[in-house]
Amino acid sequence: MKDFILPSDRDMGTPASRSTTMVTLEIDGFAVTVPEGTSILRAAAEIGISVPKLCATDSLEAFGSCRLCLVEIEGRAGTPASCTTPVAAGLKVHTQTAKLKQLRRGVMELYISDHPLDCLTCAANGDCELQDMAGAVGLREVRYDSPQVNEMATHFRARNTSGEPNPDWLPKDQSNPYFTYDPAKCIVCNRCVRACEEVQGTFALTIDGRGWDSRVSTGAADFLSSDCVSCGACVQACPTATLTENTVIQIGAPERSVLTTCAYCGVGCQFKAEMRGEELVRMVPWKQGKANRGHSCVKGRFAWGYATHKDRILKPMIREAITDPWQEVSWAEALDFAATRLRSIQERHGRRSIGVITSSRCTNEETYLVQKLARAVFRNNNTDTCARVCHSPTGYGLGQTYGTSAGTQDFDSVDHCDVALVIGANPAAAHPVFASRLKRRLRQGAKLIVIDPRRTETVEGAHYRAVHHLALTPGTNVAVVSALAHVIVTEGLHDEGFIRNRCDWNEFLDYAEFIADPRHSPEAVESVTGVPAAEIRAAARLYATGGNAAIYYGLGVTEHSQGSTTVIAIANLAMLTGNIGRPGVGVNPLRGQNNVQGSCDMGSFPHELPGYRHVKHPEVRAIFEAAWGVPIDHEPGLRIPNMLDAAVEGTFRGLYCQGEDILQSDPDTHHVAAGLAAMDCVIVHDLFLNETANYAHVFLPGSSFLEKDGTFTNAERRINRVRRVMAPKAGFADWEVTQMLANAMGAGWGYTHPSQIMAEIAATTPSFAGVTYDLLDRLGSVQWPCNAAAPEGTPLMHVDGFVRGKGRFIRTDYVATDEKTGPRYPLLLTTGRILSQYNVGAQTRRTDNVAWHPEDVLEIHPHDAEVRGIRDGDWVRLASRSGETTLRANLTDRVAPGVVYTTFHHPETQANVITTDYSDWATNCPEYKVTAVQVSPSNGPTDWQKDYAAQAAQARRILPAAE
Amino acid sequence: MDQGDAKLIRMANQIATFMASKPEAEGVAGLAGHINDFWDPRMRGRLLDHLARGGAGLMPMVIAAAPLIRPPAEAP
Repeated sequence: MKDFILPSDRDMGTPASRSTTMVTLEIDGFAVTVPEGTSILRAAAEIGISVPKLCATDSLEAFGSCRLCLVEIEGRAGTPASCTTPVAAGLKVHTQTAKLKQLRRGVMELYISDHPLDCLTCAANGDCELQDMAGAVGLREVRYDSPQVNEMATHFRARNTSGEPNPDWLPKDQSNPYFTYDPAKCIVCNRCVRACEEVQGTFALTIDGRGWDSRVSTGAADFLSSDCVSCGACVQACPTATLTENTVIQIGAPERSVLTTCAYCGVGCQFKAEMRGEELVRMVPWKQGKANRGHSCVKGRFAWGYATHKDRILKPMIREAITDPWQEVSWAEALDFAATRLRSIQERHGRRSIGVITSSRCTNEETYLVQKLARAVFRNNNTDTCARVCHSPTGYGLGQTYGTSAGTQDFDSVDHCDVALVIGANPAAAHPVFASRLKRRLRQGAKLIVIDPRRTETVEGAHYRAVHHLALTPGTNVAVVSALAHVIVTEGLHDEGFIRNRCDWNEFLDYAEFIADPRHSPEAVESVTGVPAAEIRAAARLYATGGNAAIYYGLGVTEHSQGSTTVIAIANLAMLTGNIGRPGVGVNPLRGQNNVQGSCDMGSFPHELPGYRHVKHPEVRAIFEAAWGVPIDHEPGLRIPNMLDAAVEGTFRGLYCQGEDILQSDPDTHHVAAGLAAMDCVIVHDLFLNETANYAHVFLPGSSFLEKDGTFTNAERRINRVRRVMAPKAGFADWEVTQMLANAMGAGWGYTHPSQIMAEIAATTPSFAGVTYDLLDRLGSVQWPCNAAAPEGTPLMHVDGFVRGKGRFIRTDYVATDEKTGPRYPLLLTTGRILSQYNVGAQTRRTDNVAWHPEDVLEIHPHDAEVRGIRDGDWVRLASRSGETTLRANLTDRVAPGVVYTTFHHPETQANVITTDYSDWATNCPEYKVTAVQVSPSNGPTDWQKDYAAQAAQARRILPAAE
Repeated sequence: MDQGDAKLIRMANQIATFMASKPEAEGVAGLAGHINDFWDPRMRGRLLDHLARGGAGLMPMVIAAAPLIRPPAEAP
């Protein structure tokens, strides 16, 4: 960290121009050459001249309201605002003249006449652009004063000297848990309003009133009850203390910044962790971050308080049996206990009787070590990761068709897309920063097609609406995507040139014959999918002929019995239309967790070593056998569901589970609990006593992303640095704990820094061959493959040819899932995520994000509710063949009749008690998205919920350490 | 047939259902290849045991693929 210097974060005033035509002009006697369309304000900044400004900032389009950035141009009349005046060849500009000085001072004098002079006690002290500009223009006196009689012409005095209230004064709005709006400090520069519009795309803010009455307004009673999604863009844009992070108000100004990467979703936003000592003051999205381009969401920006939450377990603990209370012990004792148990299981039940689950929340380096622990120390391939339950079908489907398991684009690509096809994903809630970038493009005129059973937040938003929303019946993805392909092929909309050039032509002919069959036509599948045939036809035509068409998809694609088939169908669609290999197109899986991509890359799956190379290949094993000095098992290991089956069966008895809560996140909770309860040694390595820990024998305290060095790889294959900003609260980073466990089992590892682990990854994995921490420090981030052929990484994949050579078309027959509705379970349940919570909620539930989502609710259509006698807010019982739970009903037409929806963020609800053990045919990815259920009125928690709560309380007892 | 067998039968049949859209020989080879690549030896062993007992409940394609399914090997 101390060696790393942040690249310049200087505010250039207006956004960069994308023009390639260059223009030369003269500013204050210096020649400057900039792209056409650049503002004079930015051109001046390019040569180091900072023209005073307030309403301009380079994340927003120029606005021209503050009248501070005035300049004089030879031969032109007046004093134009330099932010709204574009450069022109040969201009001679002067930024500082007697006239300009006088005008600017007058402007500042007026601003300050309605601004409190409490700078010393103001939260923005030292970080206030108004203060800076007062200094820059040499403001020395304020001659204007408000009349002291009845009228008080200020917005900042609450009362006059007689104690009468000032009607123009508004109290602070502290409704949002993370920031405060203080109207008294507002200069009405519009930056917050514009940030909400241009950057976030929510349009929650406006300026109410005119002239003197102009106020920033949410249009609601307060921020919390408004449309505001708490992304923080307005707070970041505010040049004064009007919008300020509560942590800055409480702690004070930060003294240093460390660049790091968010540990929430797969967008992988880069942040500046702004610190005072070891205390994190605030997280500010980094302008140069290539995934987020200076934007953030409520989770990454604000919801990091879990890292210091009182629930964190900071001492290792063990217990003989899961019915015993926990016993706090030393690290040495805990590791010895774990190692002895694991070895003893292997002696009694064989080498393949234990395994690991790597974490998609931990770093690449940590994940690499955990799979290495399985392969080199346990000497088997029993390693899996939570990608099993989210994107394993992506690995299979894209691997089969294109030759590698990864998204094809970078996020910048969305700026060039003309048609976005979003399938089974709700980026507005689950990948909000990407959603903001998509929405910006949609407002510029790109078209949107959404395939989703629900009318999600993504379908419709401020100033855009999906042209087609194909609200299909859950479980019919393959039928719908195949019908799109049918239309493209039978109407001759495919790109024959691309297919002949880039794909296997014979396989295409086979596929074309298959897909042209009338049984795949939109008309034929309409009764199954519930989507009007004309809508599918229109959507197919738009995707095929609307220009650059990009597919973005999520877990609504993968988490089905036919998850892998849908991924293949998606890959086919992009090949058919030639939408691959250039900006604005491609196939883009939106990854759920921060390091799902990385955990897959790092060999977490039981059948492949790092870099997606199957363990059956002797030449691949030889690389790692040479590096690790042990023979590697050539048989594939167990996947998570297989581990649990084998545990119930008695052949799998020990598990090291890092940063993953399988009891809450995996389907069919009863079965997961039975599997865990059957094991002799469950080691949970986590920040909290999670639900899985109720069945654990060893608890090893984990470290948050703030406490360690490493890398995360986001959905665009971008390897981002994670940097330690504070010491690990339990004494060790997670990679150190894994190493200690390995060494307790005799491994003899000696890593002293994660960079050495990355060096080993680079040495063994061709797509990472060029990755070093030095390179990441220099470039900020890099997208794999990064090697001799692509020394600075690969933003776009499959540009000149597919990774596997020729793209491969594969037949995709629709097969209905066995999970069918019937008289007992007549409704289909589908599950998802909401904006303010994340995954099982272990992190977000321990932050103020609960202000937005204190409990999981069941969305049900009013028709389905009415026939069951259910009213909005009622407790309802939700039951499937797997189990039942209770939660509150939310009546909404976002879901179609026959479909109900809930989230899985709260252990009290445990949506996964309901989900079944059905899974994807190729990868065993669970079918979370389709469960036949019944809903009925209820009085309160089910017996299961009560039993679960009692067991959890019992399992979480901790005895104090023996003195 | 216990619950564990039932699960494996279901999984094998699911793979067969996908492979059914391919020409028969390719489908059979694809089915066996998929099981060889992704199933842990104890799962394959269990499936082979069930096949040896006649393979009740398995689709014909799974039975046809039986000779191509690799028997479990010991760890090195």
